Amino acid sequence: MSATQPEPAVAAAPTANPLFPFVLQLADTSLILAHRLSEWCGHGPVLEQDLALANIALDLLGEARSYYQYAAELEGRGRTEDDLAYLRSAVEYRNPLLVEQPNGDFAYTIVRQFLFDNFHYQLLKGLKDGPDTQLAAIAEKSLKEAAYHLKWSSEWMIRLGDGTPESRQRLDKAIATLWRFSGELTTPTAAETNLQELGLVPDYAALLPAMQAHTAHVLAEATVPVPEGVFAQQGGKSGRHSEHLGYLLTELQYMQRTYPGLTW
Amino acid sequence: MNNSEWPLWEVFIRSKQGLDHKHVGSLHAADAAMAVQNARDVYTRRLEGVSIWVVESKHIHASNPDEAAEFFDPAADKVYRHPTFYDVPDSIKHM
Amino acid sequence: METLAQDLTPEAQFQARIDADIRIEPKDWMPEAYRKTLIRQISQHAHSELVGMLPEGNWITRAPSLKRKSILLAKVQDEAGHGLYLYSAAETLGTSRDQMLADLHSGKAKYSSIFNYPTLSWADMGCVGWLVDGAAILNQVPLCRTSYGPYARAMVRVCKEESFHQRQGFEVMQTLCEGSVAQKEMAQESLNRWWWPTLMMFGPADDASPNTEQSMKWRIKRFTNDELRQKFVDMMVPQADFLGLTVPDEKVKWNEARQAYDFGEVNWEEFWAVVKGNGMCNHERLQARVQAHEEGAWVREAASAHAAKHAAREAVAA
Repeated sequence: MSATQPEPAVAAAPTANPLFPFVLQLADTSLILAHRLSEWCGHGPVLEQDLALANIALDLLGEARSYYQYAAELEGRGRTEDDLAYLRSAVEYRNPLLVEQPNGDFAYTIVRQFLFDNFHYQLLKGLKDGPDTQLAAIAEKSLKEAAYHLKWSSEWMIRLGDGTPESRQRLDKAIATLWRFSGELTTPTAAETNLQELGLVPDYAALLPAMQAHTAHVLAEATVPVPEGVFAQQGGKSGRHSEHLGYLLTELQYMQRTYPGLTW
Repeated sequence: MNNSEWPLWEVFIRSKQGLDHKHVGSLHAADAAMAVQNARDVYTRRLEGVSIWVVESKHIHASNPDEAAEFFDPAADKVYRHPTFYDVPDSIKHM
Repeated sequence: METLAQDLTPEAQFQARIDADIRIEPKDWMPEAYRKTLIRQISQHAHSELVGMLPEGNWITRAPSLKRKSILLAKVQDEAGHGLYLYSAAETLGTSRDQMLADLHSGKAKYSSIFNYPTLSWADMGCVGWLVDGAAILNQVPLCRTSYGPYARAMVRVCKEESFHQRQGFEVMQTLCEGSVAQKEMAQESLNRWWWPTLMMFGPADDASPNTEQSMKWRIKRFTNDELRQKFVDMMVPQADFLGLTVPDEKVKWNEARQAYDFGEVNWEEFWAVVKGNGMCNHERLQARVQAHEEGAWVREAASAHAAKHAAREAVAA
């Protein structure tokens, strides 16, 4: 089983397509966030929002599957979407730290979602016009979903910020805890820089003005000051994760690890 | 502190272009914008719609069932309003 | 006919409409007992959907493939939707969702006992879909023609969406039964645990079900508990055979004369114990619901407060 070897999946064969690790990173990111959101199922603050959270989780799960399938194709070693999702260890996972953070209370979930959606939406806008047709096609489909997610999380940011003193206090706390994970999203790794130079991945610096403008608008509506000078905690995209990912994967991969090689 | 439940909204969905909006059910939401989104998340998960209307339930005014007889029965004997009331010879076409 | 109807008491007129299969709508006159019984029945059904999310929700994070994870999440989400449709139908009778939830949380309102059984293996996702949803569908399909309009319409929507639930459950079972020895054992072990509790879902035997007669007269129940239980066994035994699984009841045997399967007696002592709150998971299921509701309170309040502020600002601006 190749997945149990210590070599990082991103190294792969020398001929591997340079897009492979990036597509895998996109897949991991959407899967981990979908997994987190799916933990809300049955426990949401109100029935209508339970459905909304599940819809977002299902969108992201679908997006993750498209990326994994494409990654498997790019890799060309016969691995399947499930091999990639279920048989890689935490150090091989390439999602940014933000998405693996626990759900916390609803304010944490909303802040995490807002930070992600704001980046995700702009990223997909860039990817959909990119030169790789398959990646562009996935991005185009996902963009519609991401636009709705961003609307949803933005409106909740505003409701919580400009709601009750308690919701404001909880939102402030979530912002104080999670904002430091937002910088990683737009800070390219060496691999990402390489792809950006090849023109395969949008330049993150170019995404920032639109992201910042949206953040400023939403936080103003929410009557919350935009955090400044927050240190950007990083590592997830290079496989250095927080403690949370190990537990998450233990649960996610339980069946495949316990009963290897079976069809479900 | 507001402890009361979110208001109830009635949801109407146009299933495809060219058709009327049809009542499909109701839901709770804090405001109209949320009601539209909740309706999207609750009632269009299987491509059921292309357009959504929501109306807060308290704004719907209904006829009184106790007055159903005086409201609706008088229309029952106006058979001449219906095309089938008229005999047209078989040889006449396009009518 | 007209004059005759006017001479009848409201109760008799009401019954005459039901007998003529004319739906009762929210603003129509109805006997208080009909209203109360319906609120109880519909809210109980809604609560079952809501609590029913928990045993399956358990396995969303552990589903064995990305495909199964998507299916399961979509299915459990559907249950939230079904709960919502049903709460809405009950609300047309003059109760509120808050009131119904308060009754659930206080233990005053019941939900289907089946959800007080634990889900212990992946095969349980198969059994819940195949058996539990299969049993639920037998109950629900006739309710699409129930006498109360909003309830009937909610059930039409529920049944339409529910049709994939049982199929996906059967598919999970079939995949296990065609898989490894361990998978097949998992399937059989799961069936052993779920079979009897599923038979209990139809409720007490007819002679111990005093409300059935009135409910059938009102057409808010269209078959008796025992009739549905028999239908279920007749439907399921051949399907278990197809899967190569054994139904855990030695008395199951085809009865040529009755053209139906004979089967053993349900353990009613266990049934009543679970109904009364002493099942394996009663406490934690209710606890999970109460917790979600209480922890959601500040979120709901924030949205209300924001909506009020927003409306006030708009009013000033106008």
